[in-house]
Amino acid sequence: MESLSKRAKVLEKKPMTLAERAYLPAIFQGLSITMQHFFRAATKKQVTIRYPEETRPFSPVFRGLHVLKRDEAGRERCTACGLCAVACPAEAITMVAGERKKGEEGLYREEKYAVSYEINMLRCIFCGLCEEACPKAAVYLQADKMAPPRFERDEFIYGKDRLVEPVTPDNRSKRGIQLTPEQADKLRAQLT
Amino acid sequence: MTLPALGWQGLVVLATFGISLLIATYCTYAERVIAAFLQDRVGPDRAGPFGLLQPLADAVKLFTKEEFFPAGANRALFVFGPSLAMVTALMSSAVIPFGNFLQFGDTVIHLQGIEINVGMLYVFGMVSLGVYGIMIGGWASNNKFSLLGAIRAASQNISYELAMGLALIAVLMMSGTLSLREITLQQSVAGEWHYWNIVKQPLGFVIFIVCAFAETNRTPFDLPECETELIGGYHTEYSSMKMGLYLFAEYINVFVASAVMSVLYFGGFNFPFQYELRDWFVSSRGLELVTAQNIITILGLVGLFAKIFGFIFFFMWVRWTLPRFRYDQLMRLGWTILIPLAIFNILLTGGLITFGVIK
Repeated sequence: MESLSKRAKVLEKKPMTLAERAYLPAIFQGLSITMQHFFRAATKKQVTIRYPEETRPFSPVFRGLHVLKRDEAGRERCTACGLCAVACPAEAITMVAGERKKGEEGLYREEKYAVSYEINMLRCIFCGLCEEACPKAAVYLQADKMAPPRFERDEFIYGKDRLVEPVTPDNRSKRGIQLTPEQADKLRAQLT
Repeated sequence: MTLPALGWQGLVVLATFGISLLIATYCTYAERVIAAFLQDRVGPDRAGPFGLLQPLADAVKLFTKEEFFPAGANRALFVFGPSLAMVTALMSSAVIPFGNFLQFGDTVIHLQGIEINVGMLYVFGMVSLGVYGIMIGGWASNNKFSLLGAIRAASQNISYELAMGLALIAVLMMSGTLSLREITLQQSVAGEWHYWNIVKQPLGFVIFIVCAFAETNRTPFDLPECETELIGGYHTEYSSMKMGLYLFAEYINVFVASAVMSVLYFGGFNFPFQYELRDWFVSSRGLELVTAQNIITILGLVGLFAKIFGFIFFFMWVRWTLPRFRYDQLMRLGWTILIPLAIFNILLTGGLITFGVIK
């Protein structure tokens, strides 16, 4: 049968030579190769990552677990506009908006805020479109954290208790712009 | 031999037993580390410094595993198989001369379990008995794969024992004795320029080492285990320490095979310039001859173990380099290459002895 691609090589199976039949030359060749690897293991840096002590570094553009940012005064940035939920191709984000009452100015940045904000991590595809859609620089995908495995499905629905970053500045996520929207606007104007 | 001397000999036997077990234990560790290094990996490094306590952890694991008996297995034989494999493996190290002798006053301690004038035959007998352990275990498991592995082990051992024995005959023709101590001592005679047997028997050594690989069921001849085809071969159905005994027996066999090869072909406990060193101790250091000889004996002991560890390393090195032979290739190699070669080696040795080239 003629080969269709005309690239097939016909290999001739030659009878083995005496050296090949004696096995020993080939065996010594193989032994020398493995010995090189043996000494390479002793001298060269090993590629193995000893997991619990060492971890593989994340890529700087890695998109992991979401975080709801606070501003520099510790107020929640999210204003529950719903643009992230609209942008989400997996429809993983749901939220309930509420009006800020008097006396809550220290808690919420805008007059409207998210009473509940939930992301289903089983639906989420970590595309980062919510991050791009957010006009208030509130939602970010952290570059150093993954959604950890859980035993139950409902445990994957992350509410505000697990999404909003802590009040203490030291524990805040490194990811995300720490600018106020006004500062961001100014920056954008400068750039364009 | 007086009673205290017998007591010392008993201690030597016990020490041999303990050392065999210890070496087998650490062979499991060495195998994994060497395998890892040859494959650019790290290997066990968690239990203790450099993972040195890994064998201990393995032992704890093996002892606490479930003792499993397959349905329809012959329970008595199922236990007897690994026991026999272990017993024969341990017994075969009894005749190996690990060192010359130590002398304290009137007591002379030979660093050898038992000196018998058929030492080499004894080792061969024990090694051939060892295959019964595998046979019985494979048969008693009531499992097709186990039985296949056992049959392979038996046929392989029979085939390669022939070539091994024939390779050995060439050594015996030169030494004229089966005693391992005598063979060792003949490889180094004071005052003469002497050679180890490897110089006189290079072909015989190659045949012997290939057969040793087959006898100990090590890669490239590990067809009885052969995990890709036979799951685990003869120890498919074994769990817990019975499995551990089979694995241990294999490593002890490797140790004994290494020791036998060191004794037969690499001068045993002899090392170059030992007599010159002894005389130097006496003349320049002012030691007594007995003390100097004791030091030489200890050094020889260390030297023999260095040789043995070298061979054990070679066994592992080969295991992680070569793929397994196919069964027909194995048989063809044994019957049509190694046995004719061994016979040719006997003829060659005979001719050389007749014409006085070697003695």
